[in-house]
Amino acid sequence: MPEQPARERVKNFTEVTTGYTLDMAVAEAARCLQCKKPVCQAGCPVEVPIKAFIGHLQKGDVTAAYKAIRETNSLPAVCGRVCPQEVQCEGACVLAKKGEPVCIGRLERFTADEYAARSACEQLTGDKACPMIREELKVACIGGGPASLTVAGYLSTLGIKVHVYEALHEPGGVLVYGIPEFRLPKAIVKREVQAMTENGVEFHLNWVGGRTITVQDLFDEAFQAVFIGVGAGLPRFLKVPGEDLTGVFSANEYLSRANLGRAYAFPEYDTPPFPGKQVVVVGGGNVAMDAARTAMRMGAEKVSLVYRRTKNEMPCRLEELEHALDEGLHLEILTNPVSFAGDDAGRVTGVTLERMKLGDPDEAGRCTPNCTGEYFDIPCDLAVIAVGTGPNPLLLEATPGLKRNRRGYIEVNEDTGETSMPNVFAGGDIVTGAATVILAMGAGRRAAKEIARRLLGSDAPQDVPPLHGGVLEAQD
Amino acid sequence: MPVAILKKRRLIPGQTSELTLDASHIARKARPGNFVILRVSEKGERIPLTIADTDPQAGTITIVYLVVGKSTAELETLEEGDSILDVCGPLGKPTHIEPCGTVVCVGGGTGIAAMHHIAKGHKAAGNRVITVIGSRCEDLLLFKEELSMFADEVVVTTNDGSCGMQGFVTDGLRMVLDREPSVGEVVAIGPVPMMEAVANLTRPYNVKTTVSLNSIMIDGIGMCGACRVVVGGEVKFACVDGPEFDGHQVDFARMRQRLAAFKPQEELSWAEFRRLRGQEA
Repeated sequence: MPEQPARERVKNFTEVTTGYTLDMAVAEAARCLQCKKPVCQAGCPVEVPIKAFIGHLQKGDVTAAYKAIRETNSLPAVCGRVCPQEVQCEGACVLAKKGEPVCIGRLERFTADEYAARSACEQLTGDKACPMIREELKVACIGGGPASLTVAGYLSTLGIKVHVYEALHEPGGVLVYGIPEFRLPKAIVKREVQAMTENGVEFHLNWVGGRTITVQDLFDEAFQAVFIGVGAGLPRFLKVPGEDLTGVFSANEYLSRANLGRAYAFPEYDTPPFPGKQVVVVGGGNVAMDAARTAMRMGAEKVSLVYRRTKNEMPCRLEELEHALDEGLHLEILTNPVSFAGDDAGRVTGVTLERMKLGDPDEAGRCTPNCTGEYFDIPCDLAVIAVGTGPNPLLLEATPGLKRNRRGYIEVNEDTGETSMPNVFAGGDIVTGAATVILAMGAGRRAAKEIARRLLGSDAPQDVPPLHGGVLEAQD
Repeated sequence: MPVAILKKRRLIPGQTSELTLDASHIARKARPGNFVILRVSEKGERIPLTIADTDPQAGTITIVYLVVGKSTAELETLEEGDSILDVCGPLGKPTHIEPCGTVVCVGGGTGIAAMHHIAKGHKAAGNRVITVIGSRCEDLLLFKEELSMFADEVVVTTNDGSCGMQGFVTDGLRMVLDREPSVGEVVAIGPVPMMEAVANLTRPYNVKTTVSLNSIMIDGIGMCGACRVVVGGEVKFACVDGPEFDGHQVDFARMRQRLAAFKPQEELSWAEFRRLRGQEA
């Protein structure tokens, strides 16, 4: 797929990959064998009918392809950009064995973008997307990220009234505050949200679940079901000395400033960025890559990625690591921070790292990093910690009736997404811990199906097969 | 969703104003000690402000701010009938209020407004409430009348002696502590150096001292950790673990350093704002 040259793009926040043209998409689609048994579909958490949509693309029929995807996926333009296709659909593609799977993610992205560009209107008024909303069937989603948006998208197409309560000032959750503009333009998220609004979904922004509104409040207001998709937003720190120094950021803060606050456009936008010339990013997931690549675009001279295992164990999407390396990311693999140093003003000046070596594989098959007792220092004036997140406590504290698991996340029935409280459902990172956008969407879809079954009875769609548990490895 | 300004009171012209906002969804949940995060315009930053008062019946909340930079200066340009683009809340843990006899509530500068809501809560819980408020001079003194309406005593200090005792709030507080043998709690809200001075003063008296910390924040819902403060050697988030903490445990030196993290950018932003405003005028 065409992309901006690394040397150019590292100076801007414009999207890295520029997308297929129609000819390129049709040519790529032509490679699809249209297998009798489409194994690619078995890997998709939201059951996208991949064979069917690519079949339509082979004939150049973008509209039919879009409608096929849209049957199961509320956010196709997002998924085409951020899913780890190499371990899902593309990983399962029979051509993958020969090393060249069909680029399903890129085709999905092309279809969504091309369709929207051709007919924004039709997208909103297509017959399947515009039923009469029955105001008496009310469902609330707490949190406005990918899981809730999937619930809202699915239920609204069935004529159910959905209200989404989002704590921040823009809907989208991690799609807005976490994933940078150059990987997922905010206009794309806006477009998908706008389509839902046209479909009767109501967004209540700046409403904090557990503070402005509680689960009980919603039932008091005659909602029949509540879906909780509040994510795992609590940043984890390393708990090492010096971590409270000025210039040491959680990835959430560093990325929220840049994405939600558009700090890269300061002072046109008011949220200030923290300038860093020598930057250290700790972690090996997509969030770490996003932070590192953001720092490069904000004018860093050197960005070092500190990761305690090797390149092979990094949980990030392959494409993100490749893009980051092209852009000049420096890897400090097999290292682990033990302390940060600062100056008299309390600003970070460096980090001490311990060299690690790989030990035996753990239960999940990943090699454990072991200490070596060997240390070295590297200078830095900005450090970003991207080692994962925990469950956000606000809604959980305000909803003591919710049963939680050992790790503090919400326990749900795996088939229905229902929690220990009747008619309260949950999905996404608040159930699984930090994982991928597409897994959160899969959980949203599962819960939405059950909610539809309860609210609509025999009117609920019957033709959709049950979800198989396509288990993917969660991110670090 | 934008929130309308129902009333604007200029407490200190050009410097401090009080806004009454039409926000019934926040008013019905807000407790003393809570704050909101607001954004004035599409390109604005999220700024935390403590709730100074609520009226759940009328569906309103009151905020008071001091113009310290671009965002508050932009807020100051809004008038009655205008709307604030985003108001999110109530945020933070409410003040822990229990019957404890006599409570001394200390407020400095704009912090007096935030302290007002907490003092009112203590009064409602049946406590005897002595308030100590201070400013540079009488003209800059906030909420004296409002506090007099319910507080058992209002001690006023001004640096120049133009009203009440001459000196700092700590002088007023020392007088109260020396006089009152059984103070159950001291609450202090104001600039960081003031809260630190209060905590240092009350330590030898061995009286529980609560301070409200105004750290830099982004989301205010526990997601970013910008507001980290060191309390009793542990890192806490002011937005969800606070904003109120035991003043005797807070590392005020680190707090001051972290508050200065974006100083150059804040100054640049404000200078640019004044330059553009100057061009308009």
